[in-house]
Amino acid sequence: MSVSPLIEIRDLRIRFHGDDGRITHAVDSVDLSVANGATLGLVGESGCGKSVTSLAIMGLLPKQSAEISGAIRFDGLDLLQTPDQTLRDLRGNRLAMIFQEPMTSLNPSFTIGDQIIETILRHRGGSRRSARERAVELLRRVHIPSPERRIDEYPHKLSGGMRQRVMIAMALACDPQLLIADEPTTALDVTLQAQILELMRELKAASGAAIILITHDLGVVAEVCDEVAVMYAGEIVERAPVDELFSAPQHPYTVGLLGSIPRLDHRTEQLATIEGMVPNMAQPPAGCRFAARCPFVLDACTRAPPPLVEVTPGHLSRCIRAPLERLVS
Amino acid sequence: MALLEVEGLVKHFVAERSLFGRALAHVRAVDGVSFSLEAGKTLALVGESGCGKSTVSRLVLRLIEPDAGTVRFDGRDLLALDANDLRAFRREAQIIFQDPYASLNPRMTVGQILSEPLALHDLVPAARRRERVEELLRLVGLEPRLARRYPHEFSGGQRQRIAIARALAVEPKLIICDEPVSALDVSIRSQILNLLRELQGRLGLAYIFVSHDLAVVKHIADRVAVMNLGCIVEEADADALFAQPRHPYSRALLSAIPLPQPHAKQARVMLEGEIPSALNPPAGCRFHTRCPFVVDRCRTEAPELVADGAGHATACHRVGELPSADAILPAAGRFTPELAKLVAAFSRKTEGAGPAGVGIQSAKPTTT
Repeated sequence: MSVSPLIEIRDLRIRFHGDDGRITHAVDSVDLSVANGATLGLVGESGCGKSVTSLAIMGLLPKQSAEISGAIRFDGLDLLQTPDQTLRDLRGNRLAMIFQEPMTSLNPSFTIGDQIIETILRHRGGSRRSARERAVELLRRVHIPSPERRIDEYPHKLSGGMRQRVMIAMALACDPQLLIADEPTTALDVTLQAQILELMRELKAASGAAIILITHDLGVVAEVCDEVAVMYAGEIVERAPVDELFSAPQHPYTVGLLGSIPRLDHRTEQLATIEGMVPNMAQPPAGCRFAARCPFVLDACTRAPPPLVEVTPGHLSRCIRAPLERLVS
Repeated sequence: MALLEVEGLVKHFVAERSLFGRALAHVRAVDGVSFSLEAGKTLALVGESGCGKSTVSRLVLRLIEPDAGTVRFDGRDLLALDANDLRAFRREAQIIFQDPYASLNPRMTVGQILSEPLALHDLVPAARRRERVEELLRLVGLEPRLARRYPHEFSGGQRQRIAIARALAVEPKLIICDEPVSALDVSIRSQILNLLRELQGRLGLAYIFVSHDLAVVKHIADRVAVMNLGCIVEEADADALFAQPRHPYSRALLSAIPLPQPHAKQARVMLEGEIPSALNPPAGCRFHTRCPFVVDRCRTEAPELVADGAGHATACHRVGELPSADAILPAAGRFTPELAKLVAAFSRKTEGAGPAGVGIQSAKPTTT
């Protein structure tokens, strides 16, 4: 496609300076782009840098301790160079985010209506009355029953699934161009998760917004994403269209992840395990960051950091042994 | 004879009291639950938050007292035991909790944590306890030298291994695993699941595996009981349940799980509405408010859990009339041949590999 992407991240690096003088390399040389109407899955385990990346896009990292370099271009604007005032105009308006914990991201002392209306008034202006009408409309769109009544309720009156819907309604209040969803269903039961995923698919079809979905659940990825980026220890180790990633992964970490999940759709006697632990990100290893846990490791892997290269068109892997099919044929 | 037989278990918690302490409202957490478990087998209790699965697991150990019902373990009536006998019983049944960060005492070293049950039940003379602790650590795939460390020095997966070692210290016959892998990352989760299965094979343990994750349950359980609002709605051998789920709730649960398989053809049974509260469960069948197959009878009359000849029990009035459940789980979820080989190569190589710079040994047991 020759269309320029809605958001393009180039060489993003994030370091945290701890109180004790230690520097943690949370994110290193991340390149990503998402086109209008596309859904990108950002996958990885705790501490791999997926949430930090999303907070950097939103400009929500603490200025004192986080050192950020690179570029995040959103619709022609470099978000990292944008003044706070402009960022505040973008957030909740053209950029929106849904967090994992609907219990803690709503203010308990205001009704859900107040909180949605506040967003609308801040970015769109207009009368309170029309904002309220829009809020009811939004609640209806996320399938909250009797929204005219629910709008005046406080968050504690709602169940977890309802709260997450309110969060989504709030994120959609100003028709964002980019929606970042950070583990939006992790805190929910499976039947509610299915409802929320269905809702996200509906909204994507209706609004054409770009979505970055952060998750550790490969099932969720397979269900809603068009493209996937797998992160490990602060780096993207593999990027591919969703079908390719699940049928022919090109990084050993992805192979390990796919082999380690118990499957409902086929029987596995023994699950694959990824032995060892994530490297200490205060002193990242010199070579490949997965080398210490990789069964296919060569001497060359530990010497220099492998580049992210295109293995097949559109399928990138940060592994010098790719294409991996060679290893088993 | 079954190792554990549970009959008509009931537990209602008081949710609200009047000014004078009279109970005004009850949460009917467990309302008439019966099942049995053979030695060396795994029974999974599955369901959504608040369905009563964790309460059942605590009732079975008498960590909380039931309001009604009986629990028989190895032929003995647990509810009749006095304090001494109950302590002796705890040697035979242990529990592992979800959160390995909260279930280990941060002020004790791993060695102390593992020696405590040995001392408490007077199992191993003091002089030989260190040796036994080392043996236990090896059994769960940790290096014996780690006994001097404190829980905060370990990762989540390693802590869960320590919790398992503590449960194994008294050589129990039954271990209750309450969401043992829910707080762990995927790659660590598979290590713990493999360990639990391997220990079961070697030591002949029975597990009650409490979980909301059906993929994990399919992997580990022999028998599965699906719970909804304090009652078992379906109980069957794992293979039968996953091949042909009968109760509409089991079908909805199974079909709601996103499969790691893009474009999977999954016939979704979408549930509308919210999970009703156990504070005020619906009359009749407790699932009727969300059931897509509801008829009038369901609203008034609670269905009994009835087993067929093969031991597949379902509590649904319409079980015979429901459409086939074939499409709920598509069978064609196989890896491509290359990927299957790659995954196999990945596992083979890691099994042989030594400790990767940290304190985890390969999960293979070392018999001493």
